[in-house]
Amino acid sequence: MQRRLWQILAVLLAFTLVAAACGDDEDDAASGSASEAADDTTTDSASASEAADDDTAAEDAATDSGGTSAVTAGFVYLTETGDAGWTYAHDNGRQFAEEQTGATTLTVENIPEGSPEFDTAVRDFIDQGADVIFGTSFGYMDAMEALAAEFPDVAFAHATGYMSNDTNFGNYFGRIYQARYLTGLAAGEASASGNIGYVAAFPIPEVIRGINAFTLGVKEANPDATVTVNWTFTWFDPAVEGDAANALLEGGADLIAMHQDSTAAGEAAEAAGARWVSYNSDMSAYAPDAYLASAIWDWGPYYASVIEAVADGSYAGGAYWGGMDDGIVQIGSLADDVSAETTALIEERAAAMIASEFDPFTGPINDQDGNEVIAAGVVPADGDLLGMAYFVEGVIGSAEG
Amino acid sequence: MILGVTFTEAGVIGLLVAAVQFGTLLYLAALGETISEKAGVLNLGLEGMMATGAAMGFIVGVETGSPWLGLLGGAVAGAIVSLIHAAAAVGLGADQVVSGLALTFLGLGFADFIGDGYTDDARRARFADVEIPGLDDIPWVGEVIFRHSPVTYLAVIIGVAAWFVLNRTAIGLGLRAVGETASTADAAGHSVVRLRFAAVATGGALAGASGAYLTTYLVGSWSQNLTAGRGWIAVALVIFGAWRVGRVAIGALLFGLTLALKSRLTLFDIEISGQFVDMLPFLLTIAVLVVISFRARNRPSPAPAAIGIAYRREER
Repeated sequence: MQRRLWQILAVLLAFTLVAAACGDDEDDAASGSASEAADDTTTDSASASEAADDDTAAEDAATDSGGTSAVTAGFVYLTETGDAGWTYAHDNGRQFAEEQTGATTLTVENIPEGSPEFDTAVRDFIDQGADVIFGTSFGYMDAMEALAAEFPDVAFAHATGYMSNDTNFGNYFGRIYQARYLTGLAAGEASASGNIGYVAAFPIPEVIRGINAFTLGVKEANPDATVTVNWTFTWFDPAVEGDAANALLEGGADLIAMHQDSTAAGEAAEAAGARWVSYNSDMSAYAPDAYLASAIWDWGPYYASVIEAVADGSYAGGAYWGGMDDGIVQIGSLADDVSAETTALIEERAAAMIASEFDPFTGPINDQDGNEVIAAGVVPADGDLLGMAYFVEGVIGSAEG
Repeated sequence: MILGVTFTEAGVIGLLVAAVQFGTLLYLAALGETISEKAGVLNLGLEGMMATGAAMGFIVGVETGSPWLGLLGGAVAGAIVSLIHAAAAVGLGADQVVSGLALTFLGLGFADFIGDGYTDDARRARFADVEIPGLDDIPWVGEVIFRHSPVTYLAVIIGVAAWFVLNRTAIGLGLRAVGETASTADAAGHSVVRLRFAAVATGGALAGASGAYLTTYLVGSWSQNLTAGRGWIAVALVIFGAWRVGRVAIGALLFGLTLALKSRLTLFDIEISGQFVDMLPFLLTIAVLVVISFRARNRPSPAPAAIGIAYRREER
């Protein structure tokens, strides 16, 4: 038995060594793996030094371009950066902010929501001198609140959440519904059958608001069109998301919109000869024939502004919900076959939203059962938009999932 | 509310087509695991081998432009990583559960490592559906059974071949003997180590092919977490199918149906949560385990008797 035990230990040791060797290589390649993500952090700035400390506010160096900020910013991601989706968009923002401010940035990928790995990753960043932590997934909220209380000298900014304080903990998000509405204008025109499918993630206000804004745009272009919602209960599972799109296409849909981070729904549309409205980033390379338009994020300017605020000591938490006026949400490229009239309408509405003269949710708006939910001329308060739990007229499906 | 919009003929056919597609994915992996377990080697590393096969399948597929070479590359990669488990569990007699779990994480990590840089690759090497002439026009049956990727037809051929080898050849007899009582098989002149290595490698190749089926057909792209726990469903499927090649195939279609159903719950207006549907394969497996244990008084368990037991001649 003694001999067997040693053999088992030897095998386990061998596995550990192999795994560790892989991990080292990945450090060099500046990427993380699922099993080791919590331990791996990568430093991505040329000026990477451990010198950055909490007392950096004094060394004000952040300038408008090519700055030399002494701030160190840590970014915690739910998935890998190469997925063309949510994390990809955030990482583009990080790179922009790094270039813009000269800050040192640290990243870690594949940190599950509600996991102890999040806590470990943030403490690791703080050990490396991080002055500000960006958590880019909803489920990090409770952990960030606790860490913000424990480390009052570190700024914490949380994407998509609703908790904040007025010193070092804030939340941030964008009015992506504005861009969704614009893509709806293009979709309503492009769908010949008026049967549009929407591969939806989870029945939460963020997703529902996007479906509603998209549908309002669709109905404006084609009052007879409908948007059928198919919930997947996933943020990223390409096999399910592609199949969910197929199910909508089998039901006669000739255009697919979606919310998840994979390109699978778009590729299903491409294979079926249908059209596709993508989300997060301009994913046209993945389904060039199907691609129609996209609602996309540009987090860079926001990240740069927070890093500058941290550098000059003015960061004070709170809630940020920027729109097209801040450039944080945008509409991606339009396909060549979008008509000149629709292109002009999209540009006009985009300009009106940038000038804060137009909101797609301006009443009268009916819910899917025909009851008026927003009275004529009323622009709903942000609180109503943030808690939206009903579908507007024209959506087929249940807002409860 | 006008739900149930796709609960039409096209919708139901679509559901069944998707069930066969997901069933192919599960069957390839579970068939390999059945062969491995028949030889007495439990390999819990399916998820890792599938991920490795998926990554390698994508890389080879897009670099050569051939989904066939991608599928082959995935199978070879799956077989190679499975040899780590064979070396540990068969060669050294290490605990099969520990070694298999280690292979899960090793395989997932290795897949991420080699696939790094391919996650945002827009190139594709995907199989096209092949319609079987004369049969694909049969209403319903033709659409559901005879319009699939070549991998589905290949899986059927491999399944029949596996059944034949296991049940009608001397090699199959030796392999099953090794999985029942290794010492007796050894005494009868079968090489326990050689047969078990071969069984594990075959299982690895099929798991790798299953993963490559994701990247060369079902999804088309490579990304981390692509397998999303489907290797574990395949592990359960072996038990559900009572270690029999044919029953595993039926189980694969049934489990595939649950996966396909999940994408259509809202469209069919079925009031079951998606999370519950995710549990179904495992609930069905537990139900089978309960039935097996109740019947155990009267007849032997269908599980190979030597599963999980390392064999070393001098330690009898």
